[in-house]
Amino acid sequence: MSGTLLITGGRVVDPAQGLDAHLDVLIEGGKVTRLGERLRARHAERLEAKGHIVCPGFIDVHVHLREPGQEDKETIATGTRAAAAGGFTAVCAMPNTEPVNDQAGITRAILDKAASAGVVRVYPIGAITKASQGEELAEFGDLKDAGCVAVSDDGRPVANARVMRRALEYALAFDLAVIDHCEEPALSEGASMNEGPVATWLGLRGAPAAGEAIIVERDVLLAELVGGRLHIAHVSAAASADAVRRGKQRGVRVTAEVTPHHLFLTDELVRERAYDSFTKMNPPLRGEADRRAVLEALREGVIDCIATDHAPHAADDKKVEYDQAAFGVVGLETAVPLCLDRLLRPGIVTLSQLVSIFSARPARLFDLPGGTLAPGAPGDVTVLDLESRYTVDPDRFETKGRNTPFGGLVLKGRAVATVVGGQLVFRA
Amino acid sequence: MSLFPHRHLLGIEPLLPAEIETILDTAQSMREILDRPIKKVPTLRGKTVINLFYEPSTRTRSSFEVAERVLSADSLSIATATSSASKGETLLDTAWNLEAMKPDMIIIRHASSGAPHFLARHCRPAIVNAGDGAHEHPTQALLDALTLRQKKGRIAGLRVAIVGDLLHSRVARSNLWLLTKLGVDVILCAPPTLVPPGIEALAPVTHRIDEACEGADAVMMLRVQRERMTGGYFPSSREYHLRFGLTEARVRRARRDVVILHPGPMNRGVEISTEVADGPYSVILDQVTNGVAIRMAVLYLLLGGHSEVGA
Amino acid sequence: MDASRLARGLARIARQIVERHPDIEHTALVGIRTRGVPLAQRLARVVAKGEARRPRVGALDITLYRDDLTTMAPNPVVRGTEIPFSIDGCCVVLVDDVLFTGRTVRAALDELVDFGRPARIELAVLVDRGHRELPIRADYVGRTLNTAREQTVQVRLKEQDGEDRVLLLEPEPLVARTQGRRR
Repeated sequence: MSGTLLITGGRVVDPAQGLDAHLDVLIEGGKVTRLGERLRARHAERLEAKGHIVCPGFIDVHVHLREPGQEDKETIATGTRAAAAGGFTAVCAMPNTEPVNDQAGITRAILDKAASAGVVRVYPIGAITKASQGEELAEFGDLKDAGCVAVSDDGRPVANARVMRRALEYALAFDLAVIDHCEEPALSEGASMNEGPVATWLGLRGAPAAGEAIIVERDVLLAELVGGRLHIAHVSAAASADAVRRGKQRGVRVTAEVTPHHLFLTDELVRERAYDSFTKMNPPLRGEADRRAVLEALREGVIDCIATDHAPHAADDKKVEYDQAAFGVVGLETAVPLCLDRLLRPGIVTLSQLVSIFSARPARLFDLPGGTLAPGAPGDVTVLDLESRYTVDPDRFETKGRNTPFGGLVLKGRAVATVVGGQLVFRA
Repeated sequence: MSLFPHRHLLGIEPLLPAEIETILDTAQSMREILDRPIKKVPTLRGKTVINLFYEPSTRTRSSFEVAERVLSADSLSIATATSSASKGETLLDTAWNLEAMKPDMIIIRHASSGAPHFLARHCRPAIVNAGDGAHEHPTQALLDALTLRQKKGRIAGLRVAIVGDLLHSRVARSNLWLLTKLGVDVILCAPPTLVPPGIEALAPVTHRIDEACEGADAVMMLRVQRERMTGGYFPSSREYHLRFGLTEARVRRARRDVVILHPGPMNRGVEISTEVADGPYSVILDQVTNGVAIRMAVLYLLLGGHSEVGA
Repeated sequence: MDASRLARGLARIARQIVERHPDIEHTALVGIRTRGVPLAQRLARVVAKGEARRPRVGALDITLYRDDLTTMAPNPVVRGTEIPFSIDGCCVVLVDDVLFTGRTVRAALDELVDFGRPARIELAVLVDRGHRELPIRADYVGRTLNTAREQTVQVRLKEQDGEDRVLLLEPEPLVARTQGRRR
């Protein structure tokens, strides 16, 4: 990408530089070269950002692009278009594709496809174990060399403590973070939602929040034991956030993410929507106390960033009885409007915090380029309009998946332009 | 103004107490039809009802079939072996295929909670829930209530104990909704491993069956499935019977005119001792007759008196 | 019709029934719900006073047999039929308050026949207001009224409405949307 772009008239908010000022941004050759007032650049394309917020490109560290193998649900092309439409300039792609991304060859294939068909940056995450079976470690060194930025068996927990310990130890050699989907399988067997009064009334088997917290505690202790780098995926429970908090206090290298749906929804929704399978995901929507706790943990910084766990599914996989439906909801196109409307507007976070949550912090988690607009940084920019109304209309999504619990919502605030490497990849 | 302004009967939870009374009163009025020499009324002539049973059930299905035929509806029963999407047709495809035959109502029993709601969302006929997963079994609760009312002359103010596997029981949930809506004093009893979280919000829970039976007007026994033992919910049927089984001695703690209800079929020697099962307190045969009357009432209230709704 | 005319009409019907049915204890007066039932009971009492013998009394709920089920208000209340005796071989006199189109009586005949095989079925009505749509006639009539189709004949009985009266009412005009309230 040899993009050259001049973004003018916007308010630049770059927490990594402690910057919040009306400045123009010049991107040349795909990298940020200058920030200043009333910049000129004769050969540059121009993007007018008057009245808008200009941020370092947003990064979503937890996305399922489904390619290779499940192209009926999503492809790298459609998934990255959805990312761009949602204001994201980069996504980390989880490895639970078919085949699982547990080898360098598959990583390279993903990157090749991303280069030719993708519209935003794709950072593959490699598997922890071969075929994510939870037994033998995958080749972390090869995976890293091929381009993986972290390892995870997401979709499943690493059930065996010994395997998780080895993974944390071995990953040290390559300075890779190990991302765990924390779930004690023996407690969540057959469950399709959170265990609690709602599951009782609906007659559905529930998975208790403790089932997640048990593995978070285990992983934090293991990371402490071996000095490893641990990242907890999609935290949904108060007790999980608490384990992360205490780990950080003790100096353990643990980080965590939370999804928008866990920040804003509870298991009551399953009852309200009378078994609508668009309310089904893993980890499930929890009770109000858990929701408030993870929201507070994000505000405090105990949870480092927001990641969507964007999980598109084909209509057939969701249009069945609740306990048979696939787990997962999409999120790339709704995350930013939701957070602007429900975190920023009510003042739960400041604008600077929000931008950091979506840019600087995710970049730091896995040492990704970007997260700032300092000269030399990639020319990735997200332009926000805090006043613009966005109606969640699943039929007009870029993603192939229509499975969102937010359909029909009218939100205030959205990304109106997305720039990757100086190229405008999305304009509202 | 309709007495029963619902298109479907998916559960007891959404019903108002007055609506429940309407069903009971209608069933009581219609019960005498079953004593006539000619047990047929032309009310639902020309209406088609499909019984779609994904779980085996001779009892409930036959009861619906009799109710349908007494009301002169055309009745068709489909029993399928399994609901798993990987084997054969999905529920939705089956329902759409049936819908193409233009039935007026589909009565569904299914292992997945929410299956009737799923059908109601995607299909046009009226849907009646004949039991979905662990969620609800509304007609069972209604026939239990009718039986209670016949035996006791009233429902409000009664003291009723519900004993057994509360966790997996749809009958327990439906009864709990119905009885509390009609002003009954309910007490629940189960081993701690079989108490679903949050159920104390509707009624107190005890782990001592003697306490539950104390002064009870009626005791509702739930079936205990054998699989629960292997699932580690309690150690043995012997221990279950000792600690939670309904024996003569425990029945005697209840009121003299206590009534024992059971949704059937019974596990003699597990949740209920043989003497009690065959004893004078059992009203299981009344439950069966009332079951047909309730189902007639439900069919009438949902299908009788409406012209083709819009679409 | 006021209370005394109503009583006289019933008394005349009772007399006629007795004349035609010497074996009055084996005759059944079956009232069609709801107002046919108290009328049947009253007739039985009148007969009993005069003859010292009582006909049998039953109640018939024809809700499940109506042919205009789909055009009526949804779910008319089912109150139940009570005929606690065999009607095989006996004479049944159906009793109703008003005979109009004849459809109620047709439904009652259908239902009655499901109960057994009466030797004869007759019909007694307090008021015959004409406008038959089926070939049905009453054997005993309290009063014949000439009515327009849109008018309503309202029978009020002490047992249910607190007074004995028969009213002929004009049809309710369409309620004006803007002005005031109409009672």
